Amino acid sequence: MNTKETLEPVESEEAPPIIGENLPRPEGIRKVCGTALYADDLKFDSCLFGRTVRSPAPRGRVRHIAFGEGIPWDEFVIVLPDDIPGENAVTLIEKSQPFLATSVRHIGEPVALIAHHDRALLNKALKAITVEIDEEPAIFSIEEALEGKEIQYGRDNIFKEYRITRGKLEEAFSEADHVLEGVYETGAQEQLYIEPQGVIARADPKGEVTIWGSIQCPFYVQKALAPLFALSPEKVRVIQTETGGGFGGKEEYPNLLSGHAALLSYRAGGAVVRMIYDRREDLFVTPKRHPSRTRIKSAFRKDGTFLGLEVDFVLDGGAYPTLSSTVLSRGILHSFGPYRIPHADLRARVVFTNSTPYGAFRGFGAPQSIFALELHLDRVAHELGLDPAELRRRNFVKKGDTFPTGQVIKEEIDLALLMDTALKKADYARKRKAYEEENRKNPRVKRGISLSVFFHGSGFTGSGEVMLGSKAAVRLLKDGSVEVLSANVEFGQGTNAMFTQITAAILGIPPEWVRIHQPDTAVVPNSGPTVASRTTMIVGRLVERAARRLRERVLEEGGLSQGYTGEEFRETAKRLAAREEFREEAQYVPPPDVHWDEQRYQGEAYSGYSWSCDVADVEVDMTTFQAEVKHFVSVVECGTVVNPIIAAGQIEGGIAQSIGYALYEDVHTERGVMVNNQYTNYIIPTTADIPSIEVSFIRFPLCNYGPFAAKGIGELPADGPAPAVAAAVAHALGYRYINKIPLLPERIAAVVLEEEETAA
Amino acid sequence: MPEASLLDFSVFNPRRLDEALSLLAEEENVVPLAGGTDLMVTLETGNLSPCRFLNLMGIAEFQEPFSWCDGKLRMSPLCSYRDTRIDKDVATRYPLLVRAAREVGVLAIQSRGTWAGNIVNASPAADGVPVLMVYDAEVELRSTSGTRTVPLCDFYRGYKEMDRASDELVTGIILPPPPEDRIEYFRKVAPRRLQAITKVLLTGYLLRSDDRIEDCRIVLGSVAPFTLRARETESILRGSVLDSETIKAARAALQGEISPIDDIRSTAMYRRNVAERLLDEFLLSASPESH
Amino acid sequence: MTEPLDRMTLTLTVNGRTIKVAVHPMARLLDILREEIGLTGTKEGCGEGECGACTVLMNGVPVLACLTPACQVDGAEVVTVEGLAKETLHPIQQAFLEEGGAQCGICTPGMLISAFYYLEHPECAENLREALAGNQCRCTGYTKIFSSVRKAAERLGKTIPEV
Repeated sequence: MNTKETLEPVESEEAPPIIGENLPRPEGIRKVCGTALYADDLKFDSCLFGRTVRSPAPRGRVRHIAFGEGIPWDEFVIVLPDDIPGENAVTLIEKSQPFLATSVRHIGEPVALIAHHDRALLNKALKAITVEIDEEPAIFSIEEALEGKEIQYGRDNIFKEYRITRGKLEEAFSEADHVLEGVYETGAQEQLYIEPQGVIARADPKGEVTIWGSIQCPFYVQKALAPLFALSPEKVRVIQTETGGGFGGKEEYPNLLSGHAALLSYRAGGAVVRMIYDRREDLFVTPKRHPSRTRIKSAFRKDGTFLGLEVDFVLDGGAYPTLSSTVLSRGILHSFGPYRIPHADLRARVVFTNSTPYGAFRGFGAPQSIFALELHLDRVAHELGLDPAELRRRNFVKKGDTFPTGQVIKEEIDLALLMDTALKKADYARKRKAYEEENRKNPRVKRGISLSVFFHGSGFTGSGEVMLGSKAAVRLLKDGSVEVLSANVEFGQGTNAMFTQITAAILGIPPEWVRIHQPDTAVVPNSGPTVASRTTMIVGRLVERAARRLRERVLEEGGLSQGYTGEEFRETAKRLAAREEFREEAQYVPPPDVHWDEQRYQGEAYSGYSWSCDVADVEVDMTTFQAEVKHFVSVVECGTVVNPIIAAGQIEGGIAQSIGYALYEDVHTERGVMVNNQYTNYIIPTTADIPSIEVSFIRFPLCNYGPFAAKGIGELPADGPAPAVAAAVAHALGYRYINKIPLLPERIAAVVLEEEETAA
Repeated sequence: MPEASLLDFSVFNPRRLDEALSLLAEEENVVPLAGGTDLMVTLETGNLSPCRFLNLMGIAEFQEPFSWCDGKLRMSPLCSYRDTRIDKDVATRYPLLVRAAREVGVLAIQSRGTWAGNIVNASPAADGVPVLMVYDAEVELRSTSGTRTVPLCDFYRGYKEMDRASDELVTGIILPPPPEDRIEYFRKVAPRRLQAITKVLLTGYLLRSDDRIEDCRIVLGSVAPFTLRARETESILRGSVLDSETIKAARAALQGEISPIDDIRSTAMYRRNVAERLLDEFLLSASPESH
Repeated sequence: MTEPLDRMTLTLTVNGRTIKVAVHPMARLLDILREEIGLTGTKEGCGEGECGACTVLMNGVPVLACLTPACQVDGAEVVTVEGLAKETLHPIQQAFLEEGGAQCGICTPGMLISAFYYLEHPECAENLREALAGNQCRCTGYTKIFSSVRKAAERLGKTIPEV
């Protein structure tokens, strides 16, 4: 790596026509023909099936595992904690949960593994095993954790805490005309990728491990499995199979699952072991979006000027640290919204409970904190007698303004334009008035409309990308086509098309001549995990730079001259590729003037932000208390849109998930585990429930560090819909105190009926 | 990967009804299997005790979904929701069957799920049973020792308890013609529009002459251990003038008849409130002012 | 007296090919397709008849392969996603490709079957939303699926109601 290299911002560069084209996703043909191979579709000559023995208790020491009668146990492969050849802990940010526990911290925690080639017998055997636990008292809520009874982590049950301060908050409160407090809560949410978690492993006792699986981050699995088997990382090969959705759910859990399958294979002398979860097991044990509780206290002038913001943001982390500290970080770094706030005191904590560990889910903490702030602003506007859009308009950040983190906005952003575009498309002003009229007359149906304005930072937080130091490569193939090598997986979001378009654009070749190598740690460089809205902006830029280098070399060594045709390039490429490996790589370099102070949590938290405004139009049926979204508008600014159909599809999908988050999706827990762990009982919206969704893009003057000035959008649509929907429901109900999602009809009924009773 | 071990199960494939009845009479632990939309789920989730299935799909006598006799509709035990939806006669004469069928799961469920299966599955949240009850359906049960019919509204005795002996098979569902000029109501309240298990369901009809209620049926789902015909509420309504006093009395009677519970799908409080509001909606829609 | 079966040989036609398999009579059509016949296009998302990823046509009608036991498929004609394309892609496949109807692709096989059936029998449902309500997708928010089906309908010269 050339350490002197600096990254130049991309400024209104004329992008080649392929950027912005609706290239069909390259792997799409296999998907529509049913020939794309997902983990469960892989065939092996012979294999064992693996299953996990789990704790029935939320906390305690495993006293005994009883293998019951009537099962030929000698035919089974069994792995107990003592059989683990290396370190019994999943390595992630820090050492997290054990692969197999001897002391358990949540129900469902793995304590042993079994495998057999006959699935029917395997299932019978699993039922014949009893795990005996010396049970200890457990805690299951944020309140219990903070009260400090049953300290189980550190001195105070707090995994991680951050504090961001700016200005003098006391001054804001003493200067304010209006001070409002509120508490906002969000429930857990299940990713519900339609393909359950699944991996296949072969662990040769002589020291080679291979994993095939439904995985977002192949190098994470490698990092977790090397210490488990006391191997050097390159001895662990991880191959991503076609992945049927992830949304964060396949970021970390495959580490544990791959470890389990590999341990069974290792014990079985290297036999192939399949571990494909069924839906009930998947829902029961895999990490979900962190439940949250946010207290907000705001200070405003009566003209709507935002003076100060106090936030106390708390997440339930569950029983192990996993990724919670970074989820918390992104949460607090999005808690202040796109507003000018002179005084702020933002506190964030993630606590230990004896619940199934919570984990990554699209948005990664931001949906929770943005929900609280945006819904709170709706209440502030109502109390000040201002339209919620107007209140926001008076406080939007502009170029030169500073976030509470000290980050100065350098882009020429125009959030009023963004918001007005959305309001106009949604016919907001007229509808808001009309609904208020109608609601007075109609006791059976109440309508409401409201909005949210928000941003999402692309890439890892702070110095995260510097620490990752990702690399991507591009090489020539013998047939003259060009192959992109990266660890970033396609799991529906469009990585393959995006890389193809960028590569074709730089090299001036047709997209059909670009190939994408399936992520395989033995072949591709580590371009980092497929998370954090980073693939386009961060990795896309690496691919772009690698492709530029490749182009330079092809020109130079192949004797091509500028203005070459695609055909000439291909012929030259064939010639060059026949000679030797012809490959160029690029490694991440941070943009200039980007600094992050991890201690004070000050600086450029993200080098690029995407911006958005959502407007939700809802209806509440007062006979059944069911709320439904009737129309949804989202306007997005994400720099250059590489592939409009894929980008809009991403946004629409995120909106649908978030409508689910706001209205339908309820993870019902008892003693820290999901008890409605059947597909039948976890309700996501279907085609019959989803409103018409109108997505459009606008562009601020381009200046950022993405390829052709593109920024990330993966998580953005997870942030704004829930508060917009909840605020619209509050509007429909005449500003009753709505502060908790999901807004199930039972919850709305409770709010309405309580008020009716009080009135009576 | 299915949870169950198939080793615990086997299947009889009779071709004729008498064969099926003999198997039911003579063999132990036989479970009739029609479209499988409930049994396959129970089997796959590992919640079914070992048994021998009696596959009804091949029985010659059951192949025609409907027959008409003396103005009555007779549904075969293999009559699916789909069959009901695509039959014009049925749709005209028994519109509630079509409305209910449309909201049972989705098309791929409706093509396999049967009305008879819905009856014997005996779920309190059944979506097919309520409308059959509204139409005074009778269940025909047959065994090697004979045939009898039971009114569907007397068929249930408790949670998953039915007036059916282990050797009896449901061989038909018989629906008399409903009265002309009735006003019908059907509303299923579920966590989403389609493909969802009912939280509260209310269906019925009302026959009015001027402002007086001549007759009515009111049936509810998911508010009692089994599908509930609200007879007391009906008796308050029958013969009364359909006005706000009557509606109030009916709502109170309904509260006395239902016994909803809290479970993972909803709360007793919600079910109670919504059941009453649905009744209100029904009665208001049937009021002279609405017509 | 007849003995109950714990194994049976059945003949079925899958995508026009007649196949004989010996399986447990309660084996799921899903496992027969995927494991006995090797057609892995049909997916398992839930195993309990909810997600629709295993939707196939049986005797011309959509069914869920995870809820259909072997003893009820003897002699049946089954169409799976692998049977949609003939010489070229079926218009519904082509439209999904062009319009972004598929993202991660795991719901796509079942979705295509339901959409194919709907385009052949638009009278089966009130509208497209109802026809596809049994096929859950977690990626697209359905908007691009609607536009894909509309595009295919246009190309096939079919009229379908607005959603």
